[in-house]
Amino acid sequence: MAKSWKEWEKPILELEEGIDKLEQLIAVERDVEKKASLALRAQEYREKLHKFIDVRYSRLGPWEKVLVARAETRPYTLDIINAVFDEFVELDGDRRIGTDHAVVAGPASLEGRPVMVVGQQKGRNIQERGYRNFAMAKPEGYRKAIRMFEMAERFRMPVVTIVDTPAADPGVESESRGISEAIAASMLSMFSLTVPIVSVIIGEGGSGGAIGIAAANRVLMLEHSVYSVIPPEGCAAILWRDPAKGPQAAAALKLTAQSAHELGLVEEVIPEPFGGAHRDPGETADRIKEAMLRHLAEVAMSSPEAIKQARYDRFRILGRFSGQ
Amino acid sequence: MLVRKPAGGQPNPNFVQCVNCKKTLFTAEFEASLRVCQYCGHHHRLNWRQRVAFTFDADSFVETDTGISSLDPLEFPEYAEKHQQAQAKTGMVDSVICGTALLDGRPVSVAVSDFHFMGGSMGSVSGEKVTRALERGANEGMPVIIFCASGGARMQEGLLSLMQMAKTTAAVELCRTRGVPYIAVFTDPTMAGVLASYASVADVILAEPKALVGFAGARVSKQAQVHKAPDDFQTAEFVFRSGMLDRIVPRREMRSTLVSLVRLLGGHLHLEAKKVG
Ligand SMILES: [Zn+2]
Repeated sequence: MAKSWKEWEKPILELEEGIDKLEQLIAVERDVEKKASLALRAQEYREKLHKFIDVRYSRLGPWEKVLVARAETRPYTLDIINAVFDEFVELDGDRRIGTDHAVVAGPASLEGRPVMVVGQQKGRNIQERGYRNFAMAKPEGYRKAIRMFEMAERFRMPVVTIVDTPAADPGVESESRGISEAIAASMLSMFSLTVPIVSVIIGEGGSGGAIGIAAANRVLMLEHSVYSVIPPEGCAAILWRDPAKGPQAAAALKLTAQSAHELGLVEEVIPEPFGGAHRDPGETADRIKEAMLRHLAEVAMSSPEAIKQARYDRFRILGRFSGQ
Repeated sequence: MLVRKPAGGQPNPNFVQCVNCKKTLFTAEFEASLRVCQYCGHHHRLNWRQRVAFTFDADSFVETDTGISSLDPLEFPEYAEKHQQAQAKTGMVDSVICGTALLDGRPVSVAVSDFHFMGGSMGSVSGEKVTRALERGANEGMPVIIFCASGGARMQEGLLSLMQMAKTTAAVELCRTRGVPYIAVFTDPTMAGVLASYASVADVILAEPKALVGFAGARVSKQAQVHKAPDDFQTAEFVFRSGMLDRIVPRREMRSTLVSLVRLLGGHLHLEAKKVG
């Protein structure tokens, strides 16, 4: 089993590189016959690659989904925000002690209509990852989110949250500033709103860190995103005292978008473009936007009090047990 | 857990050993002091029956919602066996018991989590019982008291357990809109998914001395410990200093503290009940 997305996608990347090199050769080749035969070979490779990607991505197991969901080439929250909204003004600060760059938030325009956006932001390189704290939000991040939720309620703006986090920040400082309270208070705030809320999980939906901004009327997941109560490695460490058994734990936890949908925990799985969201971020954003607009419109058909009640009812029925 | 001191190979029921200072205690005295060590003050973990007996008016507790029991919705490895073992060990159906009780004559809605059942972990059943306790309080105008004792969400029910965090928190929001006070008591341990949901958004939060209270498990915290943590990191005392809870209350004062809070914060409910009556 591959340990990282890079390792898993390596054969595909190698084929893609091979085709690129062939294309370069074709471009400089002057001999017409040789050029034609090279072009034929490139075409064969492209077909082979297409089939290969198709096979690999249509049969992603739970662990492969974890790897793809964590891929650093996947579109991140700000990529989606920039593509989906006509306008976005980032606001910041918890108005108490600081700010948190793992959370991006602010008003935006969705097809000309104002909405409030809150999302978790990952980084692509070492500097960015440090700046974004690996998208692990601190208490300040959740309190910034609460500010936005309250503002959305005051100004009658629908709320969109974009979830992509491995977990909430587990550090000592976050504990001392009440990370647990901040997560719970963020959910509490969402349950008090009478405007529509739609959450989209675009990559990792990491336990408390994710649900802290996903107490929504509708929860949507990208096809290869995951949503889990515990990271598979952590689960494996507890169950089998072996973090390397992440793949087995990923299967046991039923953490894929498809499983979450089958369990009735998310409203819709948004299909990703051929070969995953990272192969066509623009198309991915378009599909997210379409689903977002549709669900926001459906929720908005009810009265404000009914919208709040519907959110309560949505979560009230979640759980599986026998008896009454 | 509590180790009975062996005497001639056989445990002597008249003596127990403190799990903290290891001193030998008379069982009768130990029980009379609500299972708090007379030497070191260590608050030993209670099961739900002891908690109810030490807190509410005698024989006033009525258990409700006894008919619901856990399934194994994910067919998770070893869950069915572990769950059955926990049932056999504790005589409980799942980790939370809920019901109603009287506190100095006033009706309250109650949920008690028991650490002895799978670490008090929150799955579908525990989440449902906590939610029902909060809803009963909200709908019938009774203050809600919840004793927390949990390692967090139950991983064997996967995402369904995570959803209980939101479900229970929604019920707290309901109590707030209805003006029903909700008091949470953090007992050893109150962690992770339980701490990050209904536990932390109570109107009033009390804790037992030295109770373990924290978000991240010990393993994760240690890895993430860039800055050196204080010695009492993730204890009730640390959390109190951080401003995240109201009072640390020794066990012998817990009942009287709750009586006062219910009387003072729930006074309006009593008056409204009188008006209706
Ligand atoms: Zn002792």
